[in-house]
Order: sequence, then C-alpha cells, then structure tokens
Amino acid sequence: MAIRDETRMLLESMTRLFEDHCTKQVADAAETGVFAQSLWDQVAETGVPLAALPESAGGADAEWSDLFAALRVAARFAAPIPLAETMLAGWAAAASGLETTDGPMTVGPVRSADKLTLERDGNGWRLSGAATRLPYAAHATRTVLIADGPDGEMAIAIDGQGGATLTKGKNIANEPRDTLTFANVRLSADQAAPVAKGVSRRALYQRGALARAAMMSGALEKAMDLAVNYAQERVQFGRPISKFQAVQQNLAVLAGQTAAAVAAANLGIEALSDPDLDHQEFLIAIAKTRVGEAATLACEIAHQVHGAIGFTKEYALQLSTRRLWSWREEFGGDPEWAARVGAYACRRGAGDLWPLLTDG
Amino acid sequence: MATPTFRFDPVEMPPEAKELRKEVRAFIKEHEHVMGFSRGEYNREFSRAMGKKGWIGMTWPKQYGGHERTSFERYVVIEEMLVAGAPLSAHYTGDRQSGPNLLRFGTEEQKNFFLPRIAAGELAFCIGMSEPNSGSDLAGTRTRAVKVDGGYKINGTKLWTSNAHRADYAILFCKMSGDGKEEPDRHAGATQFLLDLKSPGIDIRPVINLLGEHHFNEIFLTDVFVPDNRLLGKEGNGWNQVTSELSFERSAPDRFLVLFQMLREMVRMAGPDPDRATAAALGKLIAQLATLRSMSVSIAGMLQEGLNPNNEAAVVKDLGTRYEQDIPVVARQLFPTEPELEAIDLYTSMIARSTMNAPRFSIQGGTREILRGIIARGLGLR
Repeated sequence: MAIRDETRMLLESMTRLFEDHCTKQVADAAETGVFAQSLWDQVAETGVPLAALPESAGGADAEWSDLFAALRVAARFAAPIPLAETMLAGWAAAASGLETTDGPMTVGPVRSADKLTLERDGNGWRLSGAATRLPYAAHATRTVLIADGPDGEMAIAIDGQGGATLTKGKNIANEPRDTLTFANVRLSADQAAPVAKGVSRRALYQRGALARAAMMSGALEKAMDLAVNYAQERVQFGRPISKFQAVQQNLAVLAGQTAAAVAAANLGIEALSDPDLDHQEFLIAIAKTRVGEAATLACEIAHQVHGAIGFTKEYALQLSTRRLWSWREEFGGDPEWAARVGAYACRRGAGDLWPLLTDG
Repeated sequence: MATPTFRFDPVEMPPEAKELRKEVRAFIKEHEHVMGFSRGEYNREFSRAMGKKGWIGMTWPKQYGGHERTSFERYVVIEEMLVAGAPLSAHYTGDRQSGPNLLRFGTEEQKNFFLPRIAAGELAFCIGMSEPNSGSDLAGTRTRAVKVDGGYKINGTKLWTSNAHRADYAILFCKMSGDGKEEPDRHAGATQFLLDLKSPGIDIRPVINLLGEHHFNEIFLTDVFVPDNRLLGKEGNGWNQVTSELSFERSAPDRFLVLFQMLREMVRMAGPDPDRATAAALGKLIAQLATLRSMSVSIAGMLQEGLNPNNEAAVVKDLGTRYEQDIPVVARQLFPTEPELEAIDLYTSMIARSTMNAPRFSIQGGTREILRGIIARGLGLR
C-alpha cells in the first residue's frame, strides 16, 4: 500500500520544478495568451510528458498512476501547459503507430458531440468536421485526433494545426480551448492509422475525465492549503479567524471534501489496470462524479474563508478555483458521469450492487 | 505543502480477504431469517454463532481468545454483516471498542477473564460515557468514584446508554477528583471501570426513542461497589483511555453502511433502464459510497500498520453521516411515498425508518460539530 519510492522521487522532483518555474507571474502571463514555453521546456526535459510510452517509442514505460500523480502536482501549481493533453496524445498516437513529438501536443475530440470523418483519397485521406474546445490547439506542435474512418475509428497525427481553420477560445481560467475545423483537409497515408487496441474515442474521453479528476484533486489541495493558511494569518476581532468555530467547521468540511476528492481520483486511477472495461468506466465515472461534487463544495468554502481578498485577481486562490470550475465541466461534468454510474449500476441490477463495489 | 493533509493511501485488500468474503456471504445466507434493516437487533444466539466462526475479536492475540487475523479481514466481516443487516448489537460494542480498550489498558487477569468471553459472543458490553449534563463535553462528567476498602464506591447517572438493559458490563467513565471545570486540566481525575451491570445499587430505566423503540437507557448508580480488580487502566488516566476508545468507535464502517439496503432498493425500483435524472441521483450516492468505502479500507490499512488514524476516522464519519442522511432525502424525491413504519411495502417502511433514524447519525459517537472540531485540530487550527 505504501507509495513506491520511484513515485515519491518523481513527485518531489516535479514539485521542486514547479516551485521554481511555475510562479504566479508565469500563470498570469499565460492568461494573456502567451504560451509558457520556458516552463514547458523544463517539464519536457524531465521526460514526464511521454513517460508512459514504451521505451521503443521514446518513453519510459512508466505507470499511468505515476503520470496522474504528476498531473496532480502540476495542478497544485496551476501549471499553464498541456501536460495531460500531451500524455494522452502520446498514448493515442504511439499505440497506433503514429509519430509523437517532444513539443506540446493536444488531443481530441474532447467533446462527445464533435464529429470528425476521415475518407479515403487515393493512397491518403481527407478529413472533415470540427474538434471543438481543444486544449492549447493554437500552441500544439502536434495534434492527435480520433476520427471515424470507413472501417472504424482512426488515429490521426498532424503537425501543428495541419491545415485546419483555427478558432481561438478559452475556459474561465483563460486556458486555451480552441476549435479546429477541417474542410476536406488532405492527409498523407502515414498521418493516419487504425486505432490500436485499447485506444478509442470512448477510452480517450474516460482518460481525459480521469486526468481532469486527478488535476482537480491537486487544485483542491492547493485551495485548501491557501484557505487554512489564510485563516491563521488573517486577524479580525482581535484574533486569527481560524480561532472562530464557524470558520473551523467550514475548513473541516473543506478538508473532508479534499480528502474525498483525492481518494475518488485514486479509485479511478487504480481502475486503469481493471481488465473489465465496463467496470473500469464505472470507477472512472465514480471518480469524476465525486471529485466534481467536492470541487463545487470546496470552492465555495475556500472563497468564503478568504473573504474579499480571494475574489481578487492579485491573490492566487482564483488560479485554483477558476480551474476547478472549468475542469469540473471538461470531459463531461459530474451530472453526466453520475448518470453513467447510476445507469451502469441499474443495468447490473440491485442484487449486484454490493458485489459491484467490493468484488468488481 | 504546509497544511497537514489527511492520509488515505489507496489500499488493495489482501487475497485472504476474498476467500473470507465468500465464507461470510454463505454464513449470512444460512442465517437469512435473522437479517433486518437498520434495526441494530440484539441476538445473543447470533453473536455466539459469530464467535464460533472466529469473527469476533478477529485481530486480538490468540492467547486471549482472539484470532490474530488482519484488520482487512475484520473489515470484510463487518462490512458484509452491516450490508446484510445482521443482528450485531450484542457483541458489537465489545468487539469494536471495549475489547480493544481492555487489550490496551487491561490487567492480565482482566484480559484473561473478559476477552475470551467477548470473542465467544457470550459477554455483552455497553458504553458508559454520556450523562444528563455531559454529552459532547465528556470532561464535564459528574459520576464520581471514591476509594473504599477493597475497591471503589460510585455514584452518578449515565444516559443514552444503548442496550444497557441487556448487556453484562459497561466501561464506565467517571471522575475521582475535579469537576471538569478547572483549567488547565479539565481531564484530571478521569477514571474508567469495568462495571458489572448486575451489581447492587444499579437501576436501569428505559428511554424510548422517537421511533417508539427501547435502545437507550438511563443508569442510576447509588453507592455501587466496584472491586479493585475492575479498575481499568490507571486512576486519573481515564481521559487518555476514553479518547482511545472513541477512536476505535469512530473508525468503524458502520457510519455509512446501515442504509445500504435502502440504496439497493432504490436501484431495484429504478429498473434496468432509468431516466437520466434518476440515474444521476443514484449515481451520485453510489459515487459517494464507493469513495467512503475506499477511505474506510484505507483506515483499516493504517490500523493494520499500527497507526492511529484519528483524524481520518473523523473525516470518514463526518462524510459518512452526511451521505446516510442524504439517502432518505434523495429517496423521497425519486420515489415519493407516505412513510409508514409497519407498512407491508418494504420501501415504505424503509423510508419511514431511515427518515426517523437520520438525526441520530450525526449525533451518536461524536456530533458532527465535535468531529469537525477534531478535524480542525488535525489541521492545526486549534
């Protein structure tokens, strides 16, 4: 049950890296639309973004649980880089035999309503449709997409935006969420390949949701840390507000929700090794559902404890809470995933509910 | 990070737990006729049967009638029993807190006398903490013990004592000096005794709860004599001991599993293809439950490592009681019915029972406010 030494070392070194290179200035600058290139370079140098790839593809055969733990650390620092997206792009591309890059990548579609169609064109392909709200698409050196081909899902890897029309957008944390529209864009044969076993739009959506759950657990830890420290520093009525029971009770709830979020995200992460894919999705759905619930409650309390200062741009709490409010909805919000949890449990039936929670 | 965070490491149940789970489920099937819903039934015969299986005092040393099994195995037995609605009340207090406290603070003679009997399901304990004027503020206990020849003489009143009218012993918390008011040490003089409930001078009267049931009692102690060898631990060490006892009480999974049957009934009523709103409402509860269970198993892992997960237990109990109180609230929105306790329809009686029981969840074993105070202390705020 103990955390592995390798994991601990990785997380410590990631923490140091973000402490040194992911200051509030970096996060603020990124919100104006300037990509945090130097931060990205530092992170890329550790090899973490592509670590899950096999060694033959330039990776380190790392455990996904370690990568999600690294995402949790990055999120504590509100790192304005597409780390989760690059990990997932690398996974989808390399597994399907497509090339990856060291640069920042994006991956999609991230929204279930998007439609991308790939048609044969001589020995190459033509791509049409739109991938909406792609994280950091304008900054990505490579875009990895899953499209519907004539014989099933196809993985696509294109340089940059690969001839698509780019429409910029952002979430409420001012993280880029861009739309790529493909109007019969011509792709060469080696830019597309049938998806490998285990890679699919559904699997991408699940892993995306899980990545957001892991990141939210980190952002919640940060929000809690800020709230607990602030309450001990801020003096009103002649004593730190942390001495007031009303504030203590609120912080206790915040701590409980944060602990639950971390535990729920871990449930989903452990499920990645579950051979039963429906059960795996059930546990990932539990993770996104519970973490989303925690985020809603925790943001409210973290702000309440901070009073007016937490509502300013100058103070760092908003870096965490605006991300939480954004990530809560990305790759499906908690109501959507809760419906999936409930639907699966009901399909399995009442008699199976307890075994479902204990035996898999 | 600077803020202390609570530790809930992911834990995988060891393989022996899997085999045991099958065995427990088979045993439950054999005893189906005594299973119920959230009633806390008292059934000595069932407790003896559990004792025979070796499922009481599972983690205790064999020399005291225990079975030296892991905290995980104990966890499996308890969660399966709770979910089935097994009648655990006769041995549960002894297994969960009195036994462990005896193991920690008892004399050799006490351990040899009490523990094998508890483990056999033959000796029932109840708790002796709350009083008419001392509920959450346990340090304000007024029950008083004075030293007399060969033992102690005790006077006072205990209240809210579940099952005192059918238990054999209570671990009585009282004061030998001090009135709980003087600072800095409000805990001075606190002492615990192993009280034989058949002793002369004890008068046990029922306190009927709002469901019309008799679980609570008021215990009047008038010049009750307790011999020297039934002092538990040391005179004046009672606060330390009772804190340990409470942490055993709070780390149990019974804080979020007693209404499981009702959740299951809702899944049955929703059918295999529910509408989205119903699925989402049930899914939210299931996600809460799965998370609570993983946190609770993690606590079992900490107990197995010999750690003291006090703060973590308070977190799980606080979240767990909130979840259990939400179950009847969600139920009445999804499947409205007029509650009736004795209704033939199972669900209608469940919603009646759970609605009336719900207030209790965040009071017993430490109120929500007390638990959040413990969590706040764990965060370094107090």
